[in-house]
Amino acid sequence: MDIHEYQAKELLVGFGVPVPKGGVAYSAEQAVYRAAEIGGDRWVVKAQVHSGARGKAGGVRICSSDAEVRQAAKDLLGKTLVTFQTGPEGLPVHRLLVEQALPIERELYVGLVLDRKRERIVVVAHPHGGMEIEEIAQREPEAILREVVEPAVGIRAFQGRELAFGLELAPPQVNQAVSIILGAYRAFRELDATMVEINPLVVTKDGQVLALDVKMSFDDNAMFRRPSVAELRDYAQEDPREAEAAEHGLNYVALDGDIGCIINGAGLAMATMDMIQHAGGEPANFLDIGGGASPERVAKAFRLVLSDQNVKAVLVNVFAGINRCDWVAQGVVQAVREVQVPVPLVVRLAGTNVEEGRRILQESGLPIITAETLAEAAQRAVAARNAGLAA
Amino acid sequence: MSILLDETTRVVIQGFTGDKGTFHAKEMIAYGTNVVGGVTPGKGGTAHLGRPVFNTVKAAVAATEATASLVLVPAPFCADAIMEAADAGIRLVVTITDGVPAQDMMTVKRYLWRYAKERRTCLIGPNCAGVVSSGKAMMGIMPGHIYLRGAVGVVTRSGTLGYEAASQMKALGVGVTTSVGIGGDPINGSSFVDMLALFEADPETDAVMMIGEIGGPQEADAALFVKEHMTKPVIGYVAGLTAPKGRRMGHAGAIISAFGDTAAEKAEIMRSAGLTVAPSPAELGSTVAQALAGRPTRRVLVSR
Repeated sequence: MDIHEYQAKELLVGFGVPVPKGGVAYSAEQAVYRAAEIGGDRWVVKAQVHSGARGKAGGVRICSSDAEVRQAAKDLLGKTLVTFQTGPEGLPVHRLLVEQALPIERELYVGLVLDRKRERIVVVAHPHGGMEIEEIAQREPEAILREVVEPAVGIRAFQGRELAFGLELAPPQVNQAVSIILGAYRAFRELDATMVEINPLVVTKDGQVLALDVKMSFDDNAMFRRPSVAELRDYAQEDPREAEAAEHGLNYVALDGDIGCIINGAGLAMATMDMIQHAGGEPANFLDIGGGASPERVAKAFRLVLSDQNVKAVLVNVFAGINRCDWVAQGVVQAVREVQVPVPLVVRLAGTNVEEGRRILQESGLPIITAETLAEAAQRAVAARNAGLAA
Repeated sequence: MSILLDETTRVVIQGFTGDKGTFHAKEMIAYGTNVVGGVTPGKGGTAHLGRPVFNTVKAAVAATEATASLVLVPAPFCADAIMEAADAGIRLVVTITDGVPAQDMMTVKRYLWRYAKERRTCLIGPNCAGVVSSGKAMMGIMPGHIYLRGAVGVVTRSGTLGYEAASQMKALGVGVTTSVGIGGDPINGSSFVDMLALFEADPETDAVMMIGEIGGPQEADAALFVKEHMTKPVIGYVAGLTAPKGRRMGHAGAIISAFGDTAAEKAEIMRSAGLTVAPSPAELGSTVAQALAGRPTRRVLVSR
């Protein structure tokens, strides 16, 4: 789960990380009010979307008067911001962060992430913050400072100092940076984050070290014990079908093809999509219905898949372990009667009680195309889709 | 032989008396697994499915000499259950539960390292289908009948894709020594490399099928291990050639991940390390059969 920049900053402030003075605004009036509240004569108005690279996409404006703040807010609110992290469909701007604009001396990079290889939290840092950090990491990986944190002990001050001196900070700024790095680590641990990124961490002209931009992502599996983080979720930033699927315990990702997929297990789902492409088709979605494929859940899956207007055929592929095939077949029959499937439907069942499952499909009298193997299922789905287009 | 588990292994189930525990315990017992008891805090002293129930894993081990535990407790309590089993001296913990927080797993992995290698717990999972040694014993939720007894080791991140591989192999008369689902979570107990090393040392295993997924460094590590340490043929497959790159925020993930995250990259790394890569997920069984046919067999590969 991702959250907005202003939310991440509010969280980090609770762990002693200083950020520029600012506040969230939902309207132009509120933005102007925020600017007055902050004081000074220069402000930054930042579009709040779950993406980086907002500056280059025109989502960050520097303003020097009330009128400019108002205009920037009007321009940004309601707009769809397309960055190269959002994909071409972009993300809607419903909230703004209005902040004091600070005179900046240096921009640095600090990120904390769960490293799957080391199975530890790793702090990475570089003396130059900004957008080019990934290219730097590719080009000269040895230039990236890294500190691996021992989970039983937590981050130590010396690790913070090694990073801070590595960032070429002057002694007065080192202590500030150490306290920021240690605070960010505590936030990571205590809020079940998977990523905390301060980019850039800045040194202002008057020698203050501040988190100028912050991104945080969290472990969905841990949100049951972090209700205060869970409530920061902004559904407007998510694909509505994916969010709806998640509510029903389904894992759905929309794709560009036209063969809808309903499959149990993420690995088998990906393999089935690969097989569809192998057979000359393109999958319309990834959909993992998980373990207990109850008739209600199967019906929900059909509704989700068919809500995509591009879908020209549907392929159901269930390898029953826990759920028996007869049970899955009953679910499919019930769902098809309930939902009305206007496109060809191919069903492949395998595993426990497979004969009984196939018998139920055949005796239902529904126009279901059955398949015995994965290859057959993909070929029949692609053939049914092509026949439908030709008709 | 087989790896990790056979019909003599004494197994307890943590979360024995719940619905899931009961259902899967029955299946496991029917398959031939030596289930010697279960653990449900507060229900110690009672019996369930004709087996004793204990309050703690330590008590279960003391009374039954169990060496393996299947963990079916809900995700919020899972890390605790695994650590309890490790502390009680259980040598093999298979965790089926999905949805365990990643930082809990980080703590669990660290905890397991506090024991000397001779008594360290081997953790399989979480979020996996479990372990089955064909025709001998099963700790998990897989349909036992799809595994033919034979000479191929299977290690897979995905549960259902592992079923697909086993049933394709069975249709061609190719059997399995042990199939291990290592689970799809970012941090899991045992890696491909851990299982490949066990299969390499197992005299009954002649070849290994390894099924990976997109994301994470494990498949690339495994390919390197195969190249440097394995004499047995390894057949690979990586699901997700058509998977779109996930949306993401920030750069930190990209900074720490090297080449080898996508399915195509992983398949390429496997090929260059000398693995045979199945051309499609419909050819998992046939690729294994061909790889076996192409080399002198040390024993009959097919048994029914």
